[in-house]
Amino acid sequence: MTNLMSSDSTVTPPGTKAGPRHTTEAGRAKREIKVFSGFAHIALAIWGLTVVAPLIWVVFASFKSNTEIFTHAPFSLPSQISFESYKTAWTEAHVGRYFLNSVFVVTLSTAGTMLFGSMAAYVLARYKFFGNRFIYYMFVSGLAFPVFLALVPLFLILQNLGLLNTFTGLILVYIAYSLPFTVFFMTAFFKTLPNHIAEAAIVDGASHTRLFFQVMLPMAKSGLVSITIFNIVGQWNQYLLPVAIMQGQGAEQKWVLTQGIANISVSAGYQANWAALFAALTLSILPMIIVYAFFQRQIQSGLTAGATK
Amino acid sequence: MKHGRYPFIIGFLIVPVAIYATFVVAAYLQAFQLSFTNWRGFSPDVEYIGFDNFVKLFHDNTFWQAIRHNLFLLLFLPLFAIVIALFFSFLLNMGGGTRGGRTHGVRGSGFYKVVFFFPQLLALALVAVIFARVYSPDLSGLINGLLHQVGAGPVLFLADENLAMWSILAVLVWQAVGFYVVLFSAGMGSIPTEIYEAAALDGATRGTLFFKVTLPLLWNTLQVAWVYLGIAAFDAFALVNIMSVDRGGPDGATTVIGLEIVRNAFDYAQFGYASAMGVVLFFLTITFAALTLRVTRRESIEL
Repeated sequence: MTNLMSSDSTVTPPGTKAGPRHTTEAGRAKREIKVFSGFAHIALAIWGLTVVAPLIWVVFASFKSNTEIFTHAPFSLPSQISFESYKTAWTEAHVGRYFLNSVFVVTLSTAGTMLFGSMAAYVLARYKFFGNRFIYYMFVSGLAFPVFLALVPLFLILQNLGLLNTFTGLILVYIAYSLPFTVFFMTAFFKTLPNHIAEAAIVDGASHTRLFFQVMLPMAKSGLVSITIFNIVGQWNQYLLPVAIMQGQGAEQKWVLTQGIANISVSAGYQANWAALFAALTLSILPMIIVYAFFQRQIQSGLTAGATK
Repeated sequence: MKHGRYPFIIGFLIVPVAIYATFVVAAYLQAFQLSFTNWRGFSPDVEYIGFDNFVKLFHDNTFWQAIRHNLFLLLFLPLFAIVIALFFSFLLNMGGGTRGGRTHGVRGSGFYKVVFFFPQLLALALVAVIFARVYSPDLSGLINGLLHQVGAGPVLFLADENLAMWSILAVLVWQAVGFYVVLFSAGMGSIPTEIYEAAALDGATRGTLFFKVTLPLLWNTLQVAWVYLGIAAFDAFALVNIMSVDRGGPDGATTVIGLEIVRNAFDYAQFGYASAMGVVLFFLTITFAALTLRVTRRESIEL
């Protein structure tokens, strides 16, 4: 801090700059800024295009026929708007089913993660008892382990419990692997909540459980929202765990969206039905764009919550 | 207050701890145990073979290839993503005019951030499917289709051994940049404007401001970014599994540790061997995180 500002010998107070030279200098500075700002916009727009172009291209291609995809320029407009590929994608390629599977699994697993995660975090943050630190570090140490390490044993554990290739198994595993970060973040959050409100509630005769659900949880709303978004996005996008867990007889019926789309991508090559793949992709990207359009502020802060902590 | 305290604590902890212990703690402990066995999932009795798996790994060329590719990503993913993100967040936050010695962001910086950030929301698996098409070697690919229009190409992004890994890296960078632009912008926004004003009065140019003021004050955020990206570099599984030719090809040119673990576990039922790979991956990750924190540690500047 000090060495940043140590060159005090050259400081010129703004007022002393006045004089005949001032105006021309200011004019040049202004021009320089305009040029710089112009370059900035060009550079930023190029990256913006790099981000958006593949997505727009996917949407365009989803309306084209297979022949058009192979013979026409990438951004040429489709010769006719055909929803045929969407029908194929939704029914024959089962995007509809994969989508609903994902909704079902993520709804329950995120709800479970938030409920159990904040219960554990609350107790660990605000109650002193034997083993508190041990349990806390047990949860948090999970952040240091790569999921790949657990893959084989996880498969065996689920097999032994009869939960392999079941939604119950997948949901429980999602919850379990989301707990380290949820507990870590929410413990820190519950610690920041003021004591006097909790004490007042206790004086009024509230039980510990009521205190948690009716007083503390509402106060922790902003933290809960961030971590809920973080978990929804993380679990919705999960690919490795479903690949490891949803395999075996009749597993295709229970695949989640990421798995399903990846599989369509592989089989599209054999069936030469690229348009359906592009339609499937559009169907999976579109909801994200809509949700993002409404909640982009919350989503940005939710996803960066981990890094700014 | 005392009444019902322990039943309450136990009641609140029992379910989360049980779920966590069953699926996470037990799994990690078993992984270390399995890595010393040659178990293949059929026989009920497990045979311990000491460090044989690790010795075998040491002589496994494919595994070394996978490690090299992870190290490649570990070096270049953070490097490219951070430099590009820093460049754009600099433009966003200091690309505008100067008023009262204070540099402003460019107009529409909020809009740029919203667009840049979006890929972060997409599953890596989905991004992999999109870019498998973008890179397609024939005219149906986005890039080769465009190249064809200007009379160039085709470029075999994923089928060329020398290009495949770079193509995969580019996808990871494409997805990551927006997240770090938002992160760095938030960091830059929290730097008090007085510091900039003072430096600007000293005659500091935009470049000097960036290197002498912004960068040092952003150091902690950069460190976090490096660790995050490094950890992401150890997991390119979805991309390689979905995009690459022959899952990790051509000829092993894109395989990564994660893919080798999944392949050995679920294709070859080499449970013991796959677990040993997991143990190696664990130590690599831990070493990386510890090294980064150690090497980059310096006097943080308190404001």
